[in-house]
Amino acid sequence: MPETIAFQEPKRSVLARRDAIVEDLADLLPPGCLISEKRGLVPFETDAFIAYRQVPLAVALPETTAQVAAVLKYCSRYGIPVVPRGAGTSLSGGAIPQADAVVIGLSKMSRILDIDLANRAAIVQAGVTNINISEAVSANGFFYAPDPSSQLACTIGGNIGMNSGGAHCLKYGVTTNNLLGVKLVLFDGTVIDLGGKALDAAGYDLLGLVCGSEGQLGIVTEATVRLIARPEGARPVLFGFPSSEEAGACVAEVIGSGIIPVAIEFMDKPAIAICEAFAQAGYPMDVEALLIVEVEGSEAEMEAMLASIIEIAGRHGVSTIRESQSATEAALIWKGRKSAFGATGRIADYICMDGTVPLSQLSHVLKRTGEIVAGYGLRVANVFHAGDGNMHPLILYNINDPEDAARAEAAGNDILRLCVDAGGCLTGEHGVGIEKRDLMLHQFSQIDLNQQMAVRAAFDPHWIMNPSKVFPLEGRPAA
Amino acid sequence: MSSPFEPETEAEIADIVRAAAEAGTALAIMGGATRSGFGNRVAAQQPLTTRNLSGITSYNPAEMTMSAKAGTPMAEIEAALLENRQMLAFEPIDHRGIMGTSGEPTIGGVFAANVSGPRRLTAGAARDHLLGIRFVNGMGEVIRSGGRVMKNVTGLDLVKLLCGSHGTLGILTEVTFKVLPLPPASATVVVFGFDDAQAAGAMAHALALPVEVSGAAHLTESVRYRFIGSSHPEGAATVLRLEGLAASVSVRAEKLRSAFSAVAPVALLDRKATETLWRDIRDVKPYADGTQKPLWRVSVTPTMGHQLVAALRLAAGVDAFYDWQGGLVWLRMEADAEGDMLRRYIKGLGGGHATLIRASDAVRAATPAFEPEAPGIASLSARIKEKLDPKGIFNPGKMG
Repeated sequence: MPETIAFQEPKRSVLARRDAIVEDLADLLPPGCLISEKRGLVPFETDAFIAYRQVPLAVALPETTAQVAAVLKYCSRYGIPVVPRGAGTSLSGGAIPQADAVVIGLSKMSRILDIDLANRAAIVQAGVTNINISEAVSANGFFYAPDPSSQLACTIGGNIGMNSGGAHCLKYGVTTNNLLGVKLVLFDGTVIDLGGKALDAAGYDLLGLVCGSEGQLGIVTEATVRLIARPEGARPVLFGFPSSEEAGACVAEVIGSGIIPVAIEFMDKPAIAICEAFAQAGYPMDVEALLIVEVEGSEAEMEAMLASIIEIAGRHGVSTIRESQSATEAALIWKGRKSAFGATGRIADYICMDGTVPLSQLSHVLKRTGEIVAGYGLRVANVFHAGDGNMHPLILYNINDPEDAARAEAAGNDILRLCVDAGGCLTGEHGVGIEKRDLMLHQFSQIDLNQQMAVRAAFDPHWIMNPSKVFPLEGRPAA
Repeated sequence: MSSPFEPETEAEIADIVRAAAEAGTALAIMGGATRSGFGNRVAAQQPLTTRNLSGITSYNPAEMTMSAKAGTPMAEIEAALLENRQMLAFEPIDHRGIMGTSGEPTIGGVFAANVSGPRRLTAGAARDHLLGIRFVNGMGEVIRSGGRVMKNVTGLDLVKLLCGSHGTLGILTEVTFKVLPLPPASATVVVFGFDDAQAAGAMAHALALPVEVSGAAHLTESVRYRFIGSSHPEGAATVLRLEGLAASVSVRAEKLRSAFSAVAPVALLDRKATETLWRDIRDVKPYADGTQKPLWRVSVTPTMGHQLVAALRLAAGVDAFYDWQGGLVWLRMEADAEGDMLRRYIKGLGGGHATLIRASDAVRAATPAFEPEAPGIASLSARIKEKLDPKGIFNPGKMG
């Protein structure tokens, strides 16, 4: 395990009171909702950022907002750090605990409370999975738009924590654009309702501030989300190119021409090989780069958009064009793309970067990424949301070789600095977590961060909420 | 009132703010002052306008982003976009008509007030299109948040916090926002003769169809002729906008027309008529009446809008029409503002909020412009304000 990223020093006063804390928490929760034995705690020691792990002090699995409030109130009274957790699919370590922390897992709060089709809104508990929302309204012709690749497992609470995106965000926006309201428990157990089924709320946009705050401002227990009428049809089309540069230039020209497909996904040759081996989606193996472009709407609309896209692709040397001929084929094409991370995990350990760059910089950043990773003697596979410039280089390494792991981490940091220097940002949809925390000063000045931390303190004055994340440990206000 | 500060650079603003914070001088922050009647009366003698901080600083149409200094006139932004067949998808309202103001609205003012029009229903509000900001906080520090890329979750989203904060948390100096291609074609399906409740059902039905309605408004009988002439069938008009590729718009328009033609007279408006109609809806044309009659902007659950208006009609003289599928109610009171009653009814129907947009000075002095917040939220908002503007010098009192 690399040890470059430090966690906050555990509070000895908290560790010393461990048994008493566990006893007190047991009084606040129903039977079966508290884990305190070592064996039971181990599954909570990390998330999808597997390079780091820390066994927490205890795990609370509340069933109601009132129980979440009671646990938070208790923890804040005794200064016990709290780490919220949905399904533990964070790629940036957002849900990795710390030794003195109580994890509050929302997995038992997994009910859909209200589906209101006339107002195109659903109210769900935080532990409902992303895909469950769409499934619940699919028969009525609706869906919930943000679709992170982990949507089978990840929860809406976690999506809100990280302001998650997904392949179809190019047209429909990310979580914050599809969120109407939340029930939020503050550090001291106060419960507030932000937003609702109306399109906007009075006062400051606290909902916008909470979305993407990585569990540092409070714990979301319920969410009101926007539902959208499902388009008549959707068709993913594969475009193969002889080089990554040409694929990148094609993306820029499609967007620049005024066409906004619902998704434009990019895969380079290593990623194509990995995904095809897993999903047998029929990806062309003889190309250097592949775009999955999805159009949607009526037959006439899809035909018209595709004709324009095919014409543009022709100007960029496209060598293969394949339209899905059936719903099964379309599903396979997406299965291959959405299982890219899992499929990569079958052949090597990897860390997944998430920088976003302006579209005009895509080709340059792709090229430099390859050079950087090669410079560390490692391999990289690129699979990402090209339409909005959100890159996901997967750096392959061996987690059991500490030197290899350190090189992978160093390469990742170089790539993220490259993204910022190209006019982009450290993270487009995965969050800062612990992974990118120590790079924050590359994107922001200390004054910028001080302002963010001051606003954070308005919600959590004693820094008990997920405290090891987002902000570099040095330069924080004195507690 | 003192003569206004009219700084030309961000550094000048920072100097002014530092001096004001030290002296405890409250500042009334404005752009072009076309919306200066928003909110409660500002307890500040010293105006500061950003209108001399002007100019588009970067525009790359292929990347669909633009950056501009806060005081850049909207007219300049819109002209540059039009030249490249692009637009601000959130369709910001021009408030000069209803507010009875003149001068130039600025891009900073649009984002400071989170001003959004009819397409907000499906394309999102101003806040959904704002990607990055620079602002001066109450200590005179220059703060950057967000960036110029479409997807960015790096750090706390102060962009959203500042958007819609009406100059009470910071002075925006530069904004970077998303722009979108102008739809090549558009049309409006008009259904005549529905009452408010029927219209609410019809709009919900239209938005459940896979036709991508980009605007849904109900123009009640009393205002309808201000929008759509008498050559069309009589009665209220429920209007549904479609945009996109020409071939697709005509197919979708046919689908939408056939969904209603069995139950009510239906007409189809062409592109030109569509553009005029939705600009008029955006700018609340019937109430741009040169009066001081109290004008409310009410935001509720879409299907609740007509119930609210029905209840109010029994108790007071009101005139109203609906945008956002019925969730945005423009409400003009004939005499008193009736703020307490209005807010009581909204609460009774399950929540939402009412903003007093326009009224005489006497009415404004007696009526909180913004919906009072629940105690837990109000104290949190106060703590946030304290972190950005500790001396309380930015637009004091404006948001209550």
